[in-house]
Amino acid sequence: MTRAKRTSSVDTTIDENLKRAFDDVASEPLPSRFTDLLEQLKTEGAPKGSDQESDNNS
Amino acid sequence: MSDPRDELVEHLGPMRAFAMSLTRNSALADDMVQDALVKAWTNIDKFEPGTNMRAWLFTILRNTYYSHHRKARREVSDTDGELAASLAKKPDHDGRLQMRDFHTAFEKLPDEQREALVLVGAGGFSYEEAAETCGVAVGTIKSRVNRARARLVELMHLDEDQVLETTDAVTAGIVSANKSVA
Repeated sequence: MTRAKRTSSVDTTIDENLKRAFDDVASEPLPSRFTDLLEQLKTEGAPKGSDQESDNNS
Repeated sequence: MSDPRDELVEHLGPMRAFAMSLTRNSALADDMVQDALVKAWTNIDKFEPGTNMRAWLFTILRNTYYSHHRKARREVSDTDGELAASLAKKPDHDGRLQMRDFHTAFEKLPDEQREALVLVGAGGFSYEEAAETCGVAVGTIKSRVNRARARLVELMHLDEDQVLETTDAVTAGIVSANKSVA
């Protein structure tokens, strides 16, 4: 076995550490800006000035 | 038939994690997720029901990143990403890789290698899904993941003995964590 050869246990360790960090962020409570935005999208549609330029500004 | 827009909320957590891994800056990452969410909402008719919504959303997210947030990131010198913080804050002896080293090495990966590794290694994407998300061939994703891992190993000077020690410690850490909860 050559020293430089990567083993699957090395890869597994990398993935496990990465996954832990990823899951930490993914499972955080959602900031209110997102829940608020979803509410707004449901009631009013997309915010003005995003993709559609001139919606009726009621 | 249910509205696919109702499912968007379930993917926001993973979208934040993916965005964080691209930008390593929490404010930028959340701006990016917000833009992607609005785009997804407005273009929901382009989503084919029955296909992988997470892959679709991650595609929108990374297009958002490459079309303008990447530029913004370069202008922000401080990468204060929560993913980075989450990597850095763990003590070295609690059974994880030397977190500072891991973080530093992770930062040094080129964007395309980092995203491939995050999708496949952490996000649970198959090579095929990752290839579709990044708009490249499956072989390209495999090679990027491979190179990313090789580079991390090289940067952290990992060898098998260290990893075996670490793996044992990880197991011990998880077991003791479970016990303390019970």
